[in-house]
Amino acid sequence: MAELQFREAIKEAIDEEMAREEKVFIMGEEVAEYNGAYKATEGLLDKYGYKRVIDTPISELGFAGIGVGAAMNGLRPIVEFMTFNFAVLAADQIINHASKAGYMTGGQISMPIVFRGPNASAGQLGATHSVAYDSMYAHFPGLKVIYTSEPDDAKGLLKSAIRDDNPVLFMESEQMYGMKGEVSDEEDYIIPIGKGKIKREGSDVTVVAHGKMYHVAKQAAAQLEKDGVEVEIIDPRTVKPLDLPLIIESIKKTNRCVVVDEAHPFAGFAAEIGFLIQREAFDYLDAPVQRVTLPDVNAPFSKPLFDAWLPSAKNVIDAVNQVTYRN
Amino acid sequence: MAKKKTDEVNFAPRGIGDEKDGAVQKGVDLPSPTKKKHKSLGLSEDDLKAMYEQMYLQRRFEERAMQQYQKGKFGGFLHLYIGQEAISTGTVYALNDDDDIITAYRDHGWGLCRGITPKEGMAELFGKAPGCSKGKGGSMHFAKTENHFWGGYGIVGGHIPIGGGLAFANKYNQNGRISATFFGDGAVDQGALHETFNIANLWKLPAIFAVENNGYSMGTAARRHTVTEIVDRAKAYGMKGKVVNGMDVFSVYEAMKEVAEDVRKNSEPYFLEIRTYRYRGHSMSDPQKYRTKEELEEYQKVDPIERLKTYLKDEKILKDSEIQEIEDKVEDEVLEAVDFADNADFPEESALYDDMFAEDDPYFHK
Repeated sequence: MAELQFREAIKEAIDEEMAREEKVFIMGEEVAEYNGAYKATEGLLDKYGYKRVIDTPISELGFAGIGVGAAMNGLRPIVEFMTFNFAVLAADQIINHASKAGYMTGGQISMPIVFRGPNASAGQLGATHSVAYDSMYAHFPGLKVIYTSEPDDAKGLLKSAIRDDNPVLFMESEQMYGMKGEVSDEEDYIIPIGKGKIKREGSDVTVVAHGKMYHVAKQAAAQLEKDGVEVEIIDPRTVKPLDLPLIIESIKKTNRCVVVDEAHPFAGFAAEIGFLIQREAFDYLDAPVQRVTLPDVNAPFSKPLFDAWLPSAKNVIDAVNQVTYRN
Repeated sequence: MAKKKTDEVNFAPRGIGDEKDGAVQKGVDLPSPTKKKHKSLGLSEDDLKAMYEQMYLQRRFEERAMQQYQKGKFGGFLHLYIGQEAISTGTVYALNDDDDIITAYRDHGWGLCRGITPKEGMAELFGKAPGCSKGKGGSMHFAKTENHFWGGYGIVGGHIPIGGGLAFANKYNQNGRISATFFGDGAVDQGALHETFNIANLWKLPAIFAVENNGYSMGTAARRHTVTEIVDRAKAYGMKGKVVNGMDVFSVYEAMKEVAEDVRKNSEPYFLEIRTYRYRGHSMSDPQKYRTKEELEEYQKVDPIERLKTYLKDEKILKDSEIQEIEDKVEDEVLEAVDFADNADFPEESALYDDMFAEDDPYFHK
């Protein structure tokens, strides 16, 4: 096991896949000369040259669409967005084109493309730079959505995403690029898309949390342990396809569930999980499923407001106390 | 025209009421067609016969499709290409068979030109299983990727960057192929076009971008939605640009041949404004109140199919009876296609879930 920063794990995955397959290339704003806005592509230009590591203009719709065309015509593009907040400008290419071209041509077109970059909020960036988009993209058929929480997952899942013959949205957190973690040094390390992981075993309550929220849940679990509550944390890792059986099995054991999600509440990931649990495991529940999400409010700038806006370990603890009837 | 009061706030686009009294309003000004004859363009008599058959097929296919639509045999949108057949035909004959073509929702002519059979095309319109896109696409999404026809796309301007991407892959693979992306005049005001033109010339993509300017983006005349001559937009991005008469198949063929050679040799994008006219409404639901009968008749005088027919007769390449033979053959073929589509099976209900993902055991959230 090697200890790597999140950004290094991402870079290793891209590097290994580019070395393995000539058709893989990366393009995006500042990925080449600047070595990546978050240094996730550091050194790749030197290694692979201007043909395969390509700086784009600030032109999200344009370069995302060129990626879509290139994928249709036999290449395997990785399209980096400086943040998924800007990828909204390219939403037409992702939602109306990448996800649909194969289906509407009766399977004549395949679309091996990865759109990746930072998702959700960092610190105090204001309303336009703080949105979590994984729920939104998961709404649309034909897209696979991954929002990873640890360097190890990032490496194994990004390699899978690059090899997938479908469009994959691969999301990272801006705040987590510097985070270190053990990464498997197994040769050609692959984690299959659609498999979640029990990241902490526990018997009292299941907490489902992915991306940055996994770390919030982990913090809450450590706190709750002191109070004698054993939390089981499931990181689904891929939002879509979702490892629902893993979640259901856990609920059959703990009989209680809290979903922690970095997105807004309405029609989001947490709402969907809540519905699926009541449909699949209603008889096993000892309390209604609770969710911890952002409020239905845009991101504020001011520090105390921002802190109040983002889901916290305290919010998770409160929710756990609620489903375990401890308050 | 009455002088406007200076204190009146006015957002009326230029051109409204600009027509001189009594003059027929013109959708587009057509440049002069080429004076070259087929031999100096490198076209054989057999090529001309095939071109005539192809153009006539596109027209009869769509006229029959329109009838079937009116009979309620199928639903959805139906955007007809009638009047514009010289563009698809001239282009397909000028490009190599493995050059990539992509277009917008007015795509039947393009599909037929690139090898979708009338049966596959008509079945697609009917939403039937043997359709070119297995009944999943319909009128706006004909495709035949094995023939490098990447399909029709329904979001105005949305496929322009994708056409750039087809060229990107060709350059990346150094396979000598080029891409040609077609769109209507309504698409020229989309950001997608501007972003793509900028990137295409920045990266020197071997791509032809061609607007089929038929004078109207749905019901809005081109002069009311764009402040410049469309072709001038090439200049802003350092691209070469040219205006072509799209009612003359020889003109389209000549221009495409020349432009394709330039693009292939220099690996750089080229913008063509091909001026044409559509005889039917934007789609079947369009009452066409924005134009006059007289205007339509003006353009029908320069009909591309009639023009080629006259040439074939004047040059004594085909006799009346031989032309009639071609037309009868096409008519039979189209009627057979209608019968075929009418009698073909709809897709099995299980096909709903097919073709969503590349793998055999796709995941669906049910």
